[in-house]
Amino acid sequence: MRVSALNRKLLRDLWGMKGQALAIASVVAAGVTMFVMYQSNFDSLYRSQRIFYEQQRFADVFASLKRAPLRLERRIAEIPGVSSVYTRVVADVVLDIPGLPEPARGRLVSLPARSRPLLNDIHLRSGRWPDPFRDNELLAGEAFFTAHRYKPGATISAIINGRRRVLTIVGSALSPEYVYSMPPGEMIPDDRRYGVFWMNRAALASAFDMEGGFNDVTLRLMPGASIEDVMARLDRLLEPYGGFGAIPRALQFSHWSLESELKQLRDFGFLIPLIFLGVAAFILNTAMTRALALQRQQIAALKALGYSNGELAWHYIKWALFIASIGAVAGVLAGAWLGRSMIVIYNQYFRFPVLDFRLSIGVTVIAVLQSLLIAALGAFSAVRRAVRIPPAEAMQPEPPARYSVSFSERLAFGRRLSNITRMVLRNVERHPARSSASIIGIALSVAILVMGFSMVDVMDILKQYLFSYIQRQNVTVTFAEPASSRALHEMRSLPGVLHVEPMRAVPARLRHGHRHRNVSVVGMRAAPRLNRVVDRSGRAVSLPPEGLVISRKLGEVLDIAAGDRVLLEVLEGSRPARFVNVSTLVDDFLGLSAFMEQDALHRLMREAGTLSGVYLQVQDSGASAISARLKRTPAVAGVSVTAAALRSFEDVMAQNMDVMILINVLFAGVIALGVVYNAARISLSERERELASLRVLGFTRGEISLVLLGELAMLTFLSLPAGVALGYGFTLAIMSSIESEVYRFPLIITPQAMARSALVVLIAAAISGLFVRRKLDRLDLVAVLKTRE
Amino acid sequence: MPNDKVFEARSITKVYNMGEVQVHALRGVDLDLEKSEFLVLLGPSGSGKSTFLNILGGLDVPTSGQVNYRGTEITAADEAALTEYRRRHVGFVFQFYNLIPSLTARENVALVTEISLDPMAPEDALALVGLSERVDHFPAQLSGGEQQRVAIARAIAKQPAVLLCDEPTGALDITTGIVVLEAIERVNRELGTTTVVITHNAAIASMADRVVRLADGHIASVETNEQRRSPRDLSW
Ligand SMILES: Nc1ncnc2c1ncn2[C@@H]1O[C@H](COP(=O)(O)OP(=O)(O)O)[C@@H](O)[C@H]1O
Ligand SMILES: [Mg+2]
Repeated sequence: MRVSALNRKLLRDLWGMKGQALAIASVVAAGVTMFVMYQSNFDSLYRSQRIFYEQQRFADVFASLKRAPLRLERRIAEIPGVSSVYTRVVADVVLDIPGLPEPARGRLVSLPARSRPLLNDIHLRSGRWPDPFRDNELLAGEAFFTAHRYKPGATISAIINGRRRVLTIVGSALSPEYVYSMPPGEMIPDDRRYGVFWMNRAALASAFDMEGGFNDVTLRLMPGASIEDVMARLDRLLEPYGGFGAIPRALQFSHWSLESELKQLRDFGFLIPLIFLGVAAFILNTAMTRALALQRQQIAALKALGYSNGELAWHYIKWALFIASIGAVAGVLAGAWLGRSMIVIYNQYFRFPVLDFRLSIGVTVIAVLQSLLIAALGAFSAVRRAVRIPPAEAMQPEPPARYSVSFSERLAFGRRLSNITRMVLRNVERHPARSSASIIGIALSVAILVMGFSMVDVMDILKQYLFSYIQRQNVTVTFAEPASSRALHEMRSLPGVLHVEPMRAVPARLRHGHRHRNVSVVGMRAAPRLNRVVDRSGRAVSLPPEGLVISRKLGEVLDIAAGDRVLLEVLEGSRPARFVNVSTLVDDFLGLSAFMEQDALHRLMREAGTLSGVYLQVQDSGASAISARLKRTPAVAGVSVTAAALRSFEDVMAQNMDVMILINVLFAGVIALGVVYNAARISLSERERELASLRVLGFTRGEISLVLLGELAMLTFLSLPAGVALGYGFTLAIMSSIESEVYRFPLIITPQAMARSALVVLIAAAISGLFVRRKLDRLDLVAVLKTRE
Repeated sequence: MPNDKVFEARSITKVYNMGEVQVHALRGVDLDLEKSEFLVLLGPSGSGKSTFLNILGGLDVPTSGQVNYRGTEITAADEAALTEYRRRHVGFVFQFYNLIPSLTARENVALVTEISLDPMAPEDALALVGLSERVDHFPAQLSGGEQQRVAIARAIAKQPAVLLCDEPTGALDITTGIVVLEAIERVNRELGTTTVVITHNAAIASMADRVVRLADGHIASVETNEQRRSPRDLSW
C-alpha cells in the first residue's frame, strides 16, 4: 500500500509530538474506558434482567395480608385487567445456623405441590426440587447457599411457629423476586445472616395455620391495564383479610434496587465519560493550536503548492482523529477488561442464572464514534484558525509575541518580584484563555477526586450516623406477633441485659389527598436512650406527646408540611383509620420513616403496652450468649445484632470503596497528568528560544526550569480552589442522582477529602514537571537558537 | 508576439490596513509577461516585489486592478478557483525554501506530483536540479543550497506554466546561489517555463530576458537584455 506524502507527514508529525499525543490519547482512553465499563455493564444487567423476568414470569403487583381463604383467588382474578393470580404462603422465621453466633433470618416461600409456580417461578441452580411428600425439605436462595458453602443435603434449624425444626436443604435456586436481597430493616446485604427459601406449600401451610388459605398474592396484568386501578381494587378485596397494601413492581425491593443500579450505571456512563472527553477535547485544542502555529509556514507552502483549505483542514483534523482512535481502541480494551471485573462484583450482589459480561457492538461503535466526534470538535477551531490564514501572510514569520507588565506585578508588591517570577506571571497572563482552560482542566481532575473521596467520607458519616447516633442498642429483637408488656420484663430479666426499651411497629398507610405510602409507624419513648430519631446533624429529636414525626422525604412524597393532617390507616388488628397531625419533619438519611410517642400510638390503636419488639443494651460479653438464647425463643421473629450489622457494613464498604478509590485516583491522575504535561509542553515549545538564550546568558538549568515549572505550579495551585468548588457541584449532582426514598446522602466535603485530592493532583503535576524538566535538561542550545520560527 | 501573453497585469494596487496606518505596497503596476520569458524583478526591500509576485501566483489578491492569466481574470477568481490555478499552473520557490521538515526530498516533491495531472517522476525532478544522490534525505540533513534545489524540483515537478521565485538565493552564499540559479535557468530553457525571479542583487539581472525595477510600489524602469548571460558568468 502506498502512503501519500501528506499522510506520511501526518504520521511523522504525530511521532514528533508523541508525548502530547499519548497524554491526550490517555484522557480519551479514560473516558472511553468509563463509557464502555458502565454502558456494557448496563447492557449486561439489563439483558439478564429482561430475560430472567420473562422466563420466570415476574409479577406486576405484590400484596401480603394476614390470611385469606383460597376462594378469594377467584374474586381477585375477576378484577378487570388481571391476567393471572398466584397466591402463596410466605413466612419470616429465625434460623439457627451451626457455626454462626448470631441468629439468622429466613423468608420461607411456598412452592405448589405438583406444578411450577405460576408467577415468580424459581430457577433451580443445584440439587433437586423438594420431594412433594416430605415436609422438611427446602431449596435455599443461591446467595445464602453459597455464602455458607453448603452442599445439597445440608441442614439448618428454623423456629417455625414456635417450634424448632430441622430442615434439609436439597438444592439452591434463584428467583426474579430476590435478585437482590437484604435483611429487612437493614441497609446492607448480608447473605450469611439472611436467606430466602422455598418449601412445599402443604408443609408451610400446616406450620403456619394457612391450610385452605394464603397470606401473599402476586398478579400479572394484561397489557394496557391500569395498575393503580387494579391495586385499589385488590386493596379493597384484601382489606377484610388484613391486607398490608399492594405494591407495584416498581416499588418491589429487588426490582427497585436493580432499577436504581441500572439508572446509576446509565447516568454515570453518560456523565463521567462526558467530563473526560471534554477535557480531552480541550487539551487537544490547545495542543493543536500550538502545533499548528509551529506549522504556519508549512501550511502556507502547502497552499502555495495547490492544496485547498479543505484538504489541509482534513489533514489536520486527521491528527486529532488518529489520536482519538488510539485512545478509543485502548479505552474499549480497558473498558472491557474493567467491565469484566465489575460484572464479577455485580454477580455477588445480583443473582441471575446468567450475568455475563457482554461488550456489544453498539457500545463499541458509539464509544469510538463519540471520541472521534469530540476530538474533531476539539481540533476544529484550532484547525480553522490555522487554515484560514491567507497563504501570502503565512509566508511572513510570525510577529514577536506581545507582552505587557502583568496585572499582578502592578499590585503593590510588584517591585520586589524577581525576573523569573515576572516571566512566569507575564506568560500566564498573556494567554488568559489558555491559562484558564488549563486551570479548568486540572480543576476537573481535582473535582473528580473530591467527588470520589467525599463518597468515602459520606459512607463514614453514614456509618457513624447509623451505628453511633441511631442504633445505640446492641441487639434488636422483633416478635412474631405483637406481645404484651410482660415481654419487656422477661427481656430485662435475661442475664447480661443492662437496659431495655420497648418498640411498637404498626403497619399503616399514610394518606394525604390522593397521595399515599405504606410505612411502618414506630412507637418509642419520647426521649429514648437506645434507638433514637436523629437528624442529619446528629441531633436527637424527641417525640412530642401527640402527632407524627416523619422523614422530610416522606413529607415530600406525600406533600405534607409540619402542622398538616394526614389520614393514618392502620393495616393490622381492627384497622382503625384516624386523622393525625404531623408535628415534625426530620432530615434523615435513610428510608421513609414515621414515629410516634408510644403512648400516643397505643391510644390510637386502643391498646395498652403492646410491643412489637425491644431494643437491648447488654454487657459486652453478653451479646452472643443472649442472641444464642434468643434464636431458640419461639416468640422471636428476628434478632439483629448491631455489631454484626456493623461488620457487614464495613466489609461491603471495604470491598467496594477500595476499588472505587483506586479507579478514581487512577483516572483523575490521568487527567491531571494529561493537562499539566500538555500545558508544560506547549510552554516549552513556545519558549525554547527564550530559555536557551537565558542558558547562553549564564542562567543555570535550575533557574530556567523555574520559569517553566513555576508556571505549572501556579496553574496547579490556582486550580485547587476551583476544583474543590467544581467537586462540590459534581458531588451534589451525583448525590441527587442517587437520592431516593431509600437513601439520601449528606453533601459534606471534609478537609481530608480536599487534602487528599490536592495531594493526588500535586503528585500528578510533579510527575509531569519531571518529564518536562528532563526535556529541558536536554535542551540543545545551538540547535534551538539556529531554528527559525 | 502579442498573442502569446501569459500574464497581463493592469493598474495593480495593494493597500495593507495596519490599524491606523495604511501601507501602500503597490501603487498601480502594469506589466505583461510572455511565454517562456525569464524576468527578473529588482528593487529595494519593501518596494512591493513579493506582494506583486504573490498576486501573480494567486496567493494574494490586489486591492484594485486586474490580472489576466492566459486571458482569464484570476483577480476575479474565488478561493477554490485560485487553489486550482496554483495546483495546475504555478510553481513557487521561496527565500526560506519552505520544505516540509518531516518529509524527505523525494516526499516533498511527491507532495506536489500526487495532486498534479501530468507530473514528472519526483526522481526526475530531483535529477534535473542535480540531487539524484540525496532523494531520501530530510531537509535538516541538507545544506541551504540543496534545500533550495529541492524546493525548485518541487516547484517544477508538475511541469507548471509559470515558475515564481521569491529571492531564491537570498539565504545562500555565492557559489550555492549560482548552482540554484543554474537550476532555475535550465528549467526555463529546457521546459520553456515562464519564470519570474525576485532579487535585490542587480548582478543576477543579466541572466534575464527582461529586468523590471520596482521602487516604492511603482515600476521604476524596464530593461531588455539583448543577450542572456549564464549564471556562471555573473559577477556578484
Ligand atoms: N501582510 C502584510 N501586512 C502589512 N503590511 C505588509 C504585509 N505584507 C507586506 N507588507 C508591507 O508592504 C510593503 C511591501 O512589502 P513586500 O512586497 O514584501 O516588499 P519586498 O518584497 O519588495 O521587500 C512593505 O512595506 C511591507 O511592510
Ligand atoms: Mg520580499
